[in-house]
Amino acid sequence: MDLQLLIVIIVDGLIYSSYLFMVAVGLTVIFGVQKVLNVTHGSFFAFGAYLAATLIGVWYNAELPAFGGFLMIFLAAAFLGVVFGLVIERGLLRYLYHRDEHIVVLATFAAFLALEDVIILIWATDPYFAYQPMELLGWTDIAGLTFDNYNLSMVGVSMTIALIMWFTLTRTRFGKILLAVIFDREMSQSMGINVNKVFLVTFMIGAFLGALGGAYVAPTISVQPGIGVEVVVLAFAVVVIGGMGSIPGALIGALVVGISRAASVHLLPEVELFVIYAIMAVVLVLRPEGLFAPPQARKI
Amino acid sequence: MTRFMDKTFWGLTIGLVVILVANFLLEDWLRFIGLQSMARGAVALGLLILWRAGLVSFGHALFFGWGAYAVALSQKIGITDALLGIIIGTIASGLLAFALGFLLRRYRAIFFALLNLAFSMILYGVLAKLEVLGSTDGIGVKQPSYFGITPEGANAHITLFCFTAIIVYIVALAVHRYLSSTLGAMTIAVRENEIRLEYLGYSAEKAIHVKYVFSGLLAGFGGAVMALAVGHVDPDSMVYWPNSGDFVFITILSGTGNVAATFIGALAFELIRTFAFDYAPQIWQLLMGGTLLVIVMFLPNGLWSLTEHLGKRRKSAPSPAE
Repeated sequence: MDLQLLIVIIVDGLIYSSYLFMVAVGLTVIFGVQKVLNVTHGSFFAFGAYLAATLIGVWYNAELPAFGGFLMIFLAAAFLGVVFGLVIERGLLRYLYHRDEHIVVLATFAAFLALEDVIILIWATDPYFAYQPMELLGWTDIAGLTFDNYNLSMVGVSMTIALIMWFTLTRTRFGKILLAVIFDREMSQSMGINVNKVFLVTFMIGAFLGALGGAYVAPTISVQPGIGVEVVVLAFAVVVIGGMGSIPGALIGALVVGISRAASVHLLPEVELFVIYAIMAVVLVLRPEGLFAPPQARKI
Repeated sequence: MTRFMDKTFWGLTIGLVVILVANFLLEDWLRFIGLQSMARGAVALGLLILWRAGLVSFGHALFFGWGAYAVALSQKIGITDALLGIIIGTIASGLLAFALGFLLRRYRAIFFALLNLAFSMILYGVLAKLEVLGSTDGIGVKQPSYFGITPEGANAHITLFCFTAIIVYIVALAVHRYLSSTLGAMTIAVRENEIRLEYLGYSAEKAIHVKYVFSGLLAGFGGAVMALAVGHVDPDSMVYWPNSGDFVFITILSGTGNVAATFIGALAFELIRTFAFDYAPQIWQLLMGGTLLVIVMFLPNGLWSLTEHLGKRRKSAPSPAE
């Protein structure tokens, strides 16, 4: 294999992995803490993309300073994180924590279906384009090939997210509380932790990350109905491969999926669509708890 | 002769007679809804068997699509008979379920659901890429013949409807009998306490494997009927993951109390979907999602539990919950 092809696969793979990590890490945080496999994560992604595209459009039409477009991306994600936290977690999930896990999955599937139409009601069916931030950053030549700097910046953003998550979980009070809740919900409750509040906050963080994935990707795609449907199963695959509820797992899962997708696109395009799910099936068969499953507490 | 005392037997028989008569009077679009309900209901019936064992599959579109494509492909090699086509679709999915069952019987809870999802997405990816099978456009399915006769026009759907209704009737009775047999009763034992079941000398994994094959057969049957009813098979409307969600939707909507409930639930599902789609195309998914949420929140045992509420009120005596 020649070197150029190898570099393309690695760079493309890293870009794709970063995007996957952004989306999947929110899903894994919510699963880790609440034990909810959240299908509405696809809606968070889609809403993020739509709201960011709209805000970017407004921003550039008003001819405000060009780099403010990036501010809009984060603003859109933060706003959606808070709104979805309140609507989905407070309005729906908290009534279902005591029910079977597949009932909860189904409830989030129902909410996902409903939100698909809410998107159409708000933004209609025409596609949105928000290419300005991408134009702004220009491009780089790597080994004689041109890559958009915007896409490369995704690697930086997702690494920053990973670092912040690591720092929060291991070095802050909130992180310790979170680990206690994950480890033993009832025990931490009886030690005086407000579990309801922790649930709401983690859900907001998870929704923020899902929306950020969509918002950050928005300038590179045409934002149209149905973008959430594909993303949510992809995120499932990443999370399952890495280990549900594990943040390093989401990172590894995203890398595995991203690189193998890039490799198949360039080497064997016929298998592109299912290589990810084939890996997911193999991992489930050999190590059902995923490559990096968080240790399970043995309770008596 | 307990069978003559069985309310489900009589309910299904009366239901069969009613829909067979109605079949000749209905408008064609309603007949089509009936056909789709029977096809999706059959898949949901398979999920009901698994559900009773505490297992939920998020990937039964795999067997649905497999059965549908088996029918489409068998036509390519010259098999146009409806019965033969349906048998081929059913058996093909049954065999696939038998093979995958060796793996899946080791998994429970969310892992079972997700492994099914992974397999269904693999099939989706293969079908969407295979040019031979029409990739995302799918392949057309011709009107089948029935023992050498090929009905034309409206008669084609009337015949298919009668034909399917009779098979569904037999299948539903068979599943009903199965659920009250020893092997069927083990379904609930698997859900409640696997270790105790094993101590009684039964194998939980074997029980699950058998159920999985049944559910695969039923989903393949549903897919075969759907292929013949729609006259077309394609990956997006048959194998993509939201289809699997729809099947679980029907199972929840119906409740798992009775085999007849599944078909009532499937009919309700198709009616809600068709009317929502016709009268409010902008918000049909909102209505579907809303319905499902209402069921999950307020009627956790499905539409069937309404009849139990009524029954209880009539007897005005508390009966032990199932």
